[in-house]
Amino acid sequence: MNDQEMREKVLIVLVELAPEVDVHALRPEVRLRDQLDLDSMDFLNFLIGIDEQLGVDIPEADYPHLATLDSIYSYLRRKLAELPTEKSS
Amino acid sequence: MADFRMPSLGADMTAGELVAWLKQPGDLVRKGEVIAEVETDKAIAEIESMFTGVVERLLIETGAKVPVGTVLAVIRTEGPEEEAPAPTVSPPAPERRRAAGGRAARTPAAGRLRVSPVAQKLADEKGVDLAGITGSGPGGRIMVRDVEEAIARAQAAPVPPAAPADRALRMRQGIAAAMSRSHREIPHFHVESVIDMNRAVAWLTEENKQRPVARRLIYGVLLVKAAALALKKVPDMNAVWSEDHVELRREIHLGVAIALAGGGLVAPAIHNTDTLALDELMARFRDLVQRARAGRLRSSEMSDPTVTVTNLGELGAESVFGLIYPPQVALVGFGRLTERPWSVEGRVEVHKVIHASLAGDHRAVDGYRGSAYLAEVERLLQEPEKL
Repeated sequence: MNDQEMREKVLIVLVELAPEVDVHALRPEVRLRDQLDLDSMDFLNFLIGIDEQLGVDIPEADYPHLATLDSIYSYLRRKLAELPTEKSS
Repeated sequence: MADFRMPSLGADMTAGELVAWLKQPGDLVRKGEVIAEVETDKAIAEIESMFTGVVERLLIETGAKVPVGTVLAVIRTEGPEEEAPAPTVSPPAPERRRAAGGRAARTPAAGRLRVSPVAQKLADEKGVDLAGITGSGPGGRIMVRDVEEAIARAQAAPVPPAAPADRALRMRQGIAAAMSRSHREIPHFHVESVIDMNRAVAWLTEENKQRPVARRLIYGVLLVKAAALALKKVPDMNAVWSEDHVELRREIHLGVAIALAGGGLVAPAIHNTDTLALDELMARFRDLVQRARAGRLRSSEMSDPTVTVTNLGELGAESVFGLIYPPQVALVGFGRLTERPWSVEGRVEVHKVIHASLAGDHRAVDGYRGSAYLAEVERLLQEPEKL
């Protein structure tokens, strides 16, 4: 999976979470929680969506690394690189 | 035969629009099965049948807006004639709004209503059509306050009523009506407690380490479960106020306040909250939030809450001092999970804490019992593994 595909899948998850929001207009450096009014249930649903779309099960200890779109992309890049090839393709 | 009526899905609902029939004449319908969809000011609700039987006749066409209590369909049941348990009035005519002023005609339908004499007099003086009013008194009896609210609604809402596109406005009006009634009628008291959450958070962190993401719990579920279990210890909170007395409810159906995109909120019930294991409670909670935001709640979820829980802490509020949703007699509020110095056996440690509050209806319960309730919530949260 290339970087563009990963980003698109993240946005797909966000669209499902907040269909009323134009996710392409989100500012990647600003906290998602501040832009989308996310509560803890929404955030958990986001993580479940990421797991379903990308096969990355994010542990709770890593939640602080997922504040903004930029940090999410960066985190997922690292995690996808660690996955066996067949899962990350 | 049994009458299937437009249910009341909350204190602020006077009428609903029939959106769709999901059963047709001749179809078998079981008790609890969804038979129709109704649009209220807050959402489209899936309406469950209170009877098991065969649909005999559909009396109302889709698209019609009718008052609460209107017979929508007749269901052929086995055994003696049944009556829906919900307190309702039964005017079969479509809803009519009438501006204040002019004498109200006493139609044959109005003659079937249960109306207090003073309420009838006020309705006559103000020209209020009683057929469109849901009685809040015993057995659905229309009281003075019901007429006063109808007058206020008629003055506030111009005719014709807001278009469906104005959902947000109508929801705001519905909330306004319920909260105004709460503020006007309920003598609130508030008690608050700061609860040590160290054990609960530590237990949850360890628990979640062992779980895949799809099975993880959020700490709000611990709060909801503790709030439900505490009602078993202080059952006088699990009740509704009816006219001039309190009616205890045996089953605990916590309503959970859910904010909606675009504003407004709903507080549907998680049925039998106290009996659910945390995994099941989490699954129900997730499902409820998703359906609430999609406008797909069920009628029983909207009409059954016995106590409402609101958690505003995630937005930063430290404490919540809420208004009770009538006819409930209590509302539980949780604030922000935060850290503060905490005294432990003479030492000062940094602990995670949360502010828990209880709004109580002083007609039904006292501050002493409210304090006992919060103490029980606190005790339960010190043993999270037992929730």
